[in-house]
Amino acid sequence: MANKLIVAPAPHVQSSQSTPRIMRDVVIALVPALLVSTVVFGWSVLFVTALSVLSCVGFEYLIQRFMVGGKPTVGNWSAVVTGVLLAFNLPASIPWWIVVMGAFVAIAIAKMTFGGLGKNPFNPALVGRVFLLIAYPVQMTTFPEVEGLDALSGATPLAAVKQGALSAGSLNMQDLLLGNMPGSLGEVAALALLAGFVYLLWRKVITWHIPVTILCTMAIFAFAVAWSRGAEGSAMWQFPLFHILAGGAVLGAVFMATDYSTSPMTVRGSVIFAVGIGLITMCIRLWGSYPEGMSFAVLIMNSTVPLINKYVKPKRFGVN
Amino acid sequence: MRTFPMGGVHPSENKLSCGKAIEVLPLPDVVMIPLAQHIGAPAVAKVAKGDKVLTGQIIAEAGSFMSANIHSPVSGTVTAVDMQPNGQGVRQMMITIQREGDEWAEGIDRSETLVKECTLSAEEIIAKIKDAGIVGMGGATFPTHVKLSVPPGKKADALIINGVECEPYLTSDHRTMLEHGEELVVGVSILMKAIGVDRAFIGIENNKPDAIAHLSKIVKEYHGVEVVPLKVRYPQGGEKQLIAAVTGRQVPPPPALPIDVGAVVCNASTTYAVYQAVQKNKPLIERVVTITGKGVKEPRNLLTRMGAPVQSLIDAAGGLPADAGKVINGGPMMGRAMINLSSPVTKGCSGITIMSGRDAGRREASQCIKCAKCVAACPMGLEPYFLSKMAQKKNWDELEAQMITSCIECGCCQSTCPSYLPLLDWVRLGKQTVMGIIRQRAAAAAPKK
Repeated sequence: MANKLIVAPAPHVQSSQSTPRIMRDVVIALVPALLVSTVVFGWSVLFVTALSVLSCVGFEYLIQRFMVGGKPTVGNWSAVVTGVLLAFNLPASIPWWIVVMGAFVAIAIAKMTFGGLGKNPFNPALVGRVFLLIAYPVQMTTFPEVEGLDALSGATPLAAVKQGALSAGSLNMQDLLLGNMPGSLGEVAALALLAGFVYLLWRKVITWHIPVTILCTMAIFAFAVAWSRGAEGSAMWQFPLFHILAGGAVLGAVFMATDYSTSPMTVRGSVIFAVGIGLITMCIRLWGSYPEGMSFAVLIMNSTVPLINKYVKPKRFGVN
Repeated sequence: MRTFPMGGVHPSENKLSCGKAIEVLPLPDVVMIPLAQHIGAPAVAKVAKGDKVLTGQIIAEAGSFMSANIHSPVSGTVTAVDMQPNGQGVRQMMITIQREGDEWAEGIDRSETLVKECTLSAEEIIAKIKDAGIVGMGGATFPTHVKLSVPPGKKADALIINGVECEPYLTSDHRTMLEHGEELVVGVSILMKAIGVDRAFIGIENNKPDAIAHLSKIVKEYHGVEVVPLKVRYPQGGEKQLIAAVTGRQVPPPPALPIDVGAVVCNASTTYAVYQAVQKNKPLIERVVTITGKGVKEPRNLLTRMGAPVQSLIDAAGGLPADAGKVINGGPMMGRAMINLSSPVTKGCSGITIMSGRDAGRREASQCIKCAKCVAACPMGLEPYFLSKMAQKKNWDELEAQMITSCIECGCCQSTCPSYLPLLDWVRLGKQTVMGIIRQRAAAAAPKK
């Protein structure tokens, strides 16, 4: 017959999504925050981001080509996502060679060693960031000053509050929302990150469970702490609001904790995972030696994911 | 709006033929009737080469209780009883009949008159349904008389009519509900009597508002029959999903059956066939088949005699499109791809879906990115990514522990996978193997004779 028919078992329809499309969507979701960051910190933001992306893609290409073999994997855009996320965790003033080093740790050590996309147990961008934070603490915590916020003199709001230089209530929440504060590239504009969150929800890339649970856990925890410290009136809500808007809370909750391969496979597991991140973050922020605990919290909870996947099964149909 | 409790997907509906009234396909000149066109034992041929048969005359008898009678869809001469390739190219025993006119067997009422009254007892109704060779026409082809014979110790308390038609493209149940609503509802009352229940629900997805409105109006005259509009979501037409959507009750994992939660489910077209069998003495010899697809010139709903070649339906819809890449017996989610278009329409064939080569080809799979979309999509609460991995590792114990036998093979997992992994291929393999192991274990445990 003229037509050759294809024969395959059902189903005969495939998803309109694809791995590269999902990864591109994540990159698109990060663009608003990138733009705000560029406005706040200047052109160096674009330089750091471009360098980070190029390094990540380059390392993945080289490792796949010369060490792992098989089909090229850079076309799935996942290295681009890692690159942007790593850059978002760096100060705009970071020296270029530190960026390249972070990219190497993220891709070569945290991702490709384990078999690449989908197999890495820890979030590559965060492994890169934490490595740099420990190896180069000075460069990693020196933030460019932001005009009009002299009080902070280059310290992040979380660090300033931790050192007692400021009280959480004295900060303008509008500055936190719009990104008018010192900090890493991508963490400064909560509103832009939330726009990215809405985009990811609309494109069905992620579900709301992990980000909303993390931020709610943090808010409730902060509220309880404020209440136990005898806060009254506006301080009761300013303290929780400060904690979810300052630092890397939104960036971590929306873009880091939702990384597919390092988060649980079930909704119930995801909620446990997210509550853990929220609690650990707040404990580090309030009582740890670092002003920010989001990266550590996500990595610590990443390590529990295999266990969660093993013991937290979906509710089976017909089983009580 | 009610729906089932977990998982599910919403593929593009593509109900291209939903506005097309049922038309009669011209009688085929030659029909081929497979003896195995239902679940269970094949029927046993009662005719031989050279025999003359009438339309509606029995030509093969049920091979056991779990089997179904088969009747001649045309009148003519039997030209062969032999092995012929089916739609998938597998050889099966078939009766071939050369048509001569259309002379019907005696006792079949072919008039359009609506007969509402039914004075038969439950046993008599079930016997008539068995005689007429009725099987589930939604695709599963489970013999209807078996379903209606409630085993001792079990009790049905609700009849559920499946008018969901959740497969994309297919519209044969939809058109049947619209054009034979009165008869269908009489069929519902007959089925209620057969299983001894006083409540029946007709579940219809709300992408068929005309059918919902039409049947809602008709059921007002009938006591205990209710139309239940359902949210559009695949696989709502799955028996367990439909029971859960309508009654809120979940059928426990296999070997439990719907009757264990008091439910008996019957497809809408099957219910119409029950009306015809019981009130009109008409056996199951024709059915509505949707012939559809994006490239198809004229998507239609055709009243087709069983045994007509699939090719004749395709011709009636304007021929095979130039870009056709896949011809599916059924819909795109659960239908079976065909290689042999001269194979016949059977009792379970609700539609023929033609897809272009571009839509039908499987895209190249890449590695699992652990997005968990398959877990979220599984309507049985399973973890397809994990089952697929364990099947590849031949870890049958783990598969059994993870309840792989609950899989209904709806294909939600595979159709939602952004890495295009053949999840269901592996899960099917694992499920078949585990079911074999369970059967062997049961056989070994059974006392030896």
